[in-house]
Amino acid sequence: MKILVGLGTCGIAAGSETIYRSLAARAGNGGPKFELGKTGCLGMCYIEPLVEVLDDLGAVWQYGGVTEDKLDRILDEHVAGGRPVDEWLVWSDEGRGNEGAYLARQNRIVLRNCGRIDPEVLEDYLAVGGYDALRKVLQDKDPDGLINLVVESGLRGRGGAGFLTGMKWRFTRLATGDHKYIICNADEGDPGAFMDRSVLESDPHSVLEGMAVAGYAIGADHGYIYARAEYPKAIERLNIAIAQAEARGFLGDRILGSDFNFHIRLKEGAGAFVCGEETALIGSIEGHRGMPRVRPPFPATKGLWGCPTSINNVETFANVPWIIANGAAAFNCLGTANSKGTKVFAMAGKVRRGGLVEVPMGISIREIVFEICGGIAGDRKFKAVQMGGPSGGCIPAELYDTVIDYESINKTGAIMGSGGLVVMVETTCMVDIARFFLDFTQRESCGKCTFCRVGTKRMLEILTRICEGEGRDGDIELLEHLAHLVKNNSLCGLGQTAPNPVLTTLKYFRSEYEAHITNKKCPAHHCQKLLTYTITEACTGCLACGRVCPTGAITGEKKQLHHLDQSKCIQCDECHKTCRFHAIVRS
Amino acid sequence: MSDHKKIDFKTLQYAGQEGRLIPLLQQAQAQDGYIARERLQEISEQTGAPIAQIYGVATFYAQFRFQPVGKHILRVCHGTACHVAGAKAISEALESHFGIHDGETTPDREYTLETVSCLGCCSLAPVIMIDGATYGNLSPTDIKKVIKQHRQAGEEVVKK
Repeated sequence: MKILVGLGTCGIAAGSETIYRSLAARAGNGGPKFELGKTGCLGMCYIEPLVEVLDDLGAVWQYGGVTEDKLDRILDEHVAGGRPVDEWLVWSDEGRGNEGAYLARQNRIVLRNCGRIDPEVLEDYLAVGGYDALRKVLQDKDPDGLINLVVESGLRGRGGAGFLTGMKWRFTRLATGDHKYIICNADEGDPGAFMDRSVLESDPHSVLEGMAVAGYAIGADHGYIYARAEYPKAIERLNIAIAQAEARGFLGDRILGSDFNFHIRLKEGAGAFVCGEETALIGSIEGHRGMPRVRPPFPATKGLWGCPTSINNVETFANVPWIIANGAAAFNCLGTANSKGTKVFAMAGKVRRGGLVEVPMGISIREIVFEICGGIAGDRKFKAVQMGGPSGGCIPAELYDTVIDYESINKTGAIMGSGGLVVMVETTCMVDIARFFLDFTQRESCGKCTFCRVGTKRMLEILTRICEGEGRDGDIELLEHLAHLVKNNSLCGLGQTAPNPVLTTLKYFRSEYEAHITNKKCPAHHCQKLLTYTITEACTGCLACGRVCPTGAITGEKKQLHHLDQSKCIQCDECHKTCRFHAIVRS
Repeated sequence: MSDHKKIDFKTLQYAGQEGRLIPLLQQAQAQDGYIARERLQEISEQTGAPIAQIYGVATFYAQFRFQPVGKHILRVCHGTACHVAGAKAISEALESHFGIHDGETTPDREYTLETVSCLGCCSLAPVIMIDGATYGNLSPTDIKKVIKQHRQAGEEVVKK
């Protein structure tokens, strides 16, 4: 018997390190015998910590929501007695378990090893066919054939823009330069997206292998990984993986006895969202302020240190070894006419099962949210999904049959982006969401283009005043006007897409804007300045609200129904937070 | 800086490389907790780049701080999922617990409060991170408990 504990960031936050230590203490304690191991993230973040039991017949049994006091029963009944504890079983390859629906409809290519192997043990990766793709590529000695294969697979960049990966490699291969570079964009800055973090933490070698293959294809001898400093675990495991791969000859000089040299260096980002843009990212690696520059020349001809450079993101690289091992046809038979393969989505917000979901392109939003992720958490009403982070938009509930492919998503006004999918319900105010994203892009604008720098600032001011009940007639039109100016007059993707959250919420939820401006009401009861607080009959006269009210708006005797003077109320929410009898309602 | 120790930037692994400026700044911050004026001077002397340029790069990136920080950095996630799940209330609870605002340090120099865009643990929203440890599924009333836990854990380490 072997027991594996999921030690990704989500798992650790949910307490899996305690579980691991507790198991380690029991392993040598005379109880049931088992071997203890670590693994990464299976993507079932909603039911962490996860513990996997691998029995002597090789069957996998996954337990979720494991706490220290559950361990005794799992060890006694399952490990010692051979009887799985069905109550806590989330999944098993025999079809038992309560959460099978979450994994059943997924098709895991990028996440194939996540939560299955120990990310810090190279042998684990080799045991599942790791570095076979690199070996094959080096034996074939046919970089052009390799590029053709990737083109044929239809793999498009998973970072957001969706450019054909094989074409990018071909352009870089054909470009002339003393050196060529591969860059892995691991600067996952979109709030709400965490698939790259998970892949780097759970299966770092697949990304290194993908980069080495790309390096061979274009003729590069150096690669850089530009990783977010906010992901300490991912950086730690990448460093371990790079050292292991170098020691075993999968990276470095004369890889696997060939004449191919490829070195990978890790660069920690310093916290700038705009560095997700490729020319800004290059600037940052070179040690400058990360500001985008005019393209062309594209990095494929003039990139890092002026040399041809191919930049792909983490998820894209993780696909590459699989495509080489399984062939282009196995990949391009999945998906739609122009979007092939699978896409990983980071599910978050008011959804029952949040975590990582890898589905074939062409599946609908409804299927992801309701069939895989179990629908909406609590008794809430599904309102919208936000896709693509600050560059994306909100797709309303009525369009939930929209299928996932680059073109269909673009038609709604949102973008595929890196794959963050945040589910929103009727208590989410769409004007506030637009303001939230614009606040982000406005802060992250590098300031090079006037329209992005000043335009987003002015738009944010308008949205803020709408949320605070100071909206004026004509504000909606002014927002639309500014949005188009910012979109059309910015150099890079940040500015060109920054107005998307505003434009999509205006398109689908215009009446909410109008309610804020004209009626001074927030239909979602979210914007505090637009709320009216009243005290209902449920009041017991406990005096607590009156004590916290900073303006003395609440009066009343002990054990008597209290009164709230609207003219003094500043909507600070203190009374509502304090009341234990739900006697203060917001409307 | 009373306990100012010079960093010999020349001995660092990336010293001679192009693009070394950001790793040098990161090194300085890792050692001192912030970028001190003296460090800018040192980096300038050793790289030949003017201080204005170094300062320009350093101020561009959110990571670099120019004020000393507390012993622990407490980051409050304000990503999309956390925003929807009530990150604002978490920030307010922290601010009132410590009696400081975002970006400030407690008078005992123990904690510095920072707002960040996304920690990538969206399914645990709302989330805070104290140094390397993540705490999820919080409500404003949990804050007291989390801080107490963290302080105790710290004391245990000291005792050992």
